[in-house]
Amino acid sequence: MSLYTVQKLLYQLNRDRSVQQRYKDDFAALLEDYDLTGEERHALAAPDIGLLYVMGVNGQLLMHYAALCGFEWDQYISAMREGLAEHGSVRAGLYAATDDRGAVS
Amino acid sequence: MTLVYAGVCSHAPGITGRAQRADPALREPFYASFRQMGEEIRAQQPDALIVVAAEHFANFFMDNMPAYCMGMAEDYEGPIEDEQWLGIERRRIPGNAELANRLIERMLHDVDLAYAQEWKFDHGVMVPLHFLTPAYDVPVIPININCQGPPITPLHRAYEFGRTLRKACDAVDERIAVVGTGGLSHWPATPDSGKINETWDRTFLDRWLANDREALTSYSDEATYFDAGQGGFEIRTFIAVAGAAEGSTGELYYYAPIPIFAVGCTIARMHL
Repeated sequence: MSLYTVQKLLYQLNRDRSVQQRYKDDFAALLEDYDLTGEERHALAAPDIGLLYVMGVNGQLLMHYAALCGFEWDQYISAMREGLAEHGSVRAGLYAATDDRGAVS
Repeated sequence: MTLVYAGVCSHAPGITGRAQRADPALREPFYASFRQMGEEIRAQQPDALIVVAAEHFANFFMDNMPAYCMGMAEDYEGPIEDEQWLGIERRRIPGNAELANRLIERMLHDVDLAYAQEWKFDHGVMVPLHFLTPAYDVPVIPININCQGPPITPLHRAYEFGRTLRKACDAVDERIAVVGTGGLSHWPATPDSGKINETWDRTFLDRWLANDREALTSYSDEATYFDAGQGGFEIRTFIAVAGAAEGSTGELYYYAPIPIFAVGCTIARMHL
């Protein structure tokens, strides 16, 4: 359920302006409302877009979170590639990289 | 009256959000075809434009995910995304709740359709509207087919959904246009963003233009995921429009891979 919780946070953050205000005012307090692991809390707070990608966060949710965090398009793509290099293959979900060879091992 | 227009188009956020990074030799003819489709739709003086979209967790999440949902609101807001990021200003878009209500009632005879009286449009609807109804003066009725969070509806059900939609449109007095919007092969929001399987896309489009129901619905999700990426699941929107236009064949106005837009950009219509 934990990846689900990360994604639910991002879903609510992406669509709800009151949640966006809480993100700006006190992100740590917002995170307390969600049952997250230490790794998930770190990845969201850093933010570590590459790690969130490898965890399996749905790309449509992550794309907007990266934009909210100020990542330009090329930075965002690079962050996912760096995440693969550092943390290995995408662990869950549909948004695995392929490069014609399936998820990076 | 009846269905007065049926078409399909791309909706990738880069189409507006990263416009300046695209090769103008590809971008401008694509935009021109998009606008041509808009002119054709508006020339039909539709009372409503139904947009069959593949939403991306803007309104529907895995706590309560309908396979099919139709909007039934007086109006809508969009885009949900940052305006600068998408390159489209936030605004309200008129709906037609009363007409949607009648369509839903009719469709429930044949399909278990969810409805929503709140709906925020994401790029999947806003990018098409930016080109098709730039004055935002045509009432819109959104439909979402879940293409994002498996389990997802089988392709033959998407075709049947389109047939059901057509029956409902033909049963009301209003003039209705329908546009399906989605990607063909693409790997959006991954490090492979920009990868496009043009051969796969063109085969699919040949099937769509011929309105070959059997061929359109013969793809397995496993094969689509391998050949066309997770974005390929959005073919359900195209297949639904083919179902709505059963018996008709189509015309391709534009197709070209535009990698910075992360999709094979497509504009096509059925001749009803």
